[in-house]
Amino acid sequence: MAAQNFLWSFTKNCFTFGLIGLTISDRYASIVPVRGSSMSPTFNLTTDSFMGSLSDDYVLVEKFCLQKYKFSHGDVIVFCSPSNHKEKHVKRIIGLPGDWIGTPMTNDVMKVPNGHCWVEGDNPSSSLDSRSFGPVKSTMPYIRLKKLLKLLLW
Amino acid sequence: MGVRNQLSLFVTFAKEGFEKSLLVGKFFCCLHVVNTYVCTPALAYGPSMLPTINLTGDLVLAERISTRFNKVCPGDVVLVRSPVVPRRIVTKRVIGMEGDRVSYVADPKSSDKFETVVVPKGHVWIEGDNFYESNDSRKFGAVPYGLIEGRVFLRIWPPKDFGSLGRRAE
Repeated sequence: MAAQNFLWSFTKNCFTFGLIGLTISDRYASIVPVRGSSMSPTFNLTTDSFMGSLSDDYVLVEKFCLQKYKFSHGDVIVFCSPSNHKEKHVKRIIGLPGDWIGTPMTNDVMKVPNGHCWVEGDNPSSSLDSRSFGPVKSTMPYIRLKKLLKLLLW
Repeated sequence: MGVRNQLSLFVTFAKEGFEKSLLVGKFFCCLHVVNTYVCTPALAYGPSMLPTINLTGDLVLAERISTRFNKVCPGDVVLVRSPVVPRRIVTKRVIGMEGDRVSYVADPKSSDKFETVVVPKGHVWIEGDNFYESNDSRKFGAVPYGLIEGRVFLRIWPPKDFGSLGRRAE
């Protein structure tokens, strides 16, 4: 009887804790790992294929900016990829709506349309970003990164 | 003695206050989780979905489960975050999924010309039922799947229109 009570209260506590944690991570802040070298040297300065995911940088992301969708130049954001909504990318905002962006590949200048932003990785040689898939719709950004907490696993 | 009594009274009050606010916090979290992951109410108004949705506004319920599992099909009425104004959510019908060939009349008020487009990968083509007054994919192009917020499955107000939304009137 006591064991049943204990199990029940333990389940309730787990459930409550999970609910609160989920709400906080959805609305306020959460911790995400950053994979790949497209943002080096800002994140993942050394990509060791032997260590793999153990040497990823972990960053604290804040979601307050999603209330008003107010981003600024230079913010690092996490967003869903336009071609596959389940993938998330981490890049830096280079252009906001109304900015003119020069594409080095085609020697062309284009204006970032309303509701979109132009993102690029810090490491241009290995970065899949707006230069390949065009401006990202500004509602896709998931959260702004605040590199308050950068945990490097050993 | 009086001070100790008052202190213990204060501690009791504080404990009860904490428990009550924890209860309120838990309720709020529950509400948030249901709203974000299960279903959400929405007020849909405007002329772009006539005759399916009234001009003055209908209260509808949209579920978020089929969007998470990629079960949205052409013919569904969905809530979509507008690609042009990020803080606005619009209600439109899905006409084509990725890879589909979509034919549409670009500007029905001025000409009858049909245009055909292939929906790119990861995008959907949305149109309002009232294509004379609808600002949709014909103006701003195919919309990434990640902007779909929910699938409308039930209309709950006004009571005389209670029930699921119909298919598009051809």
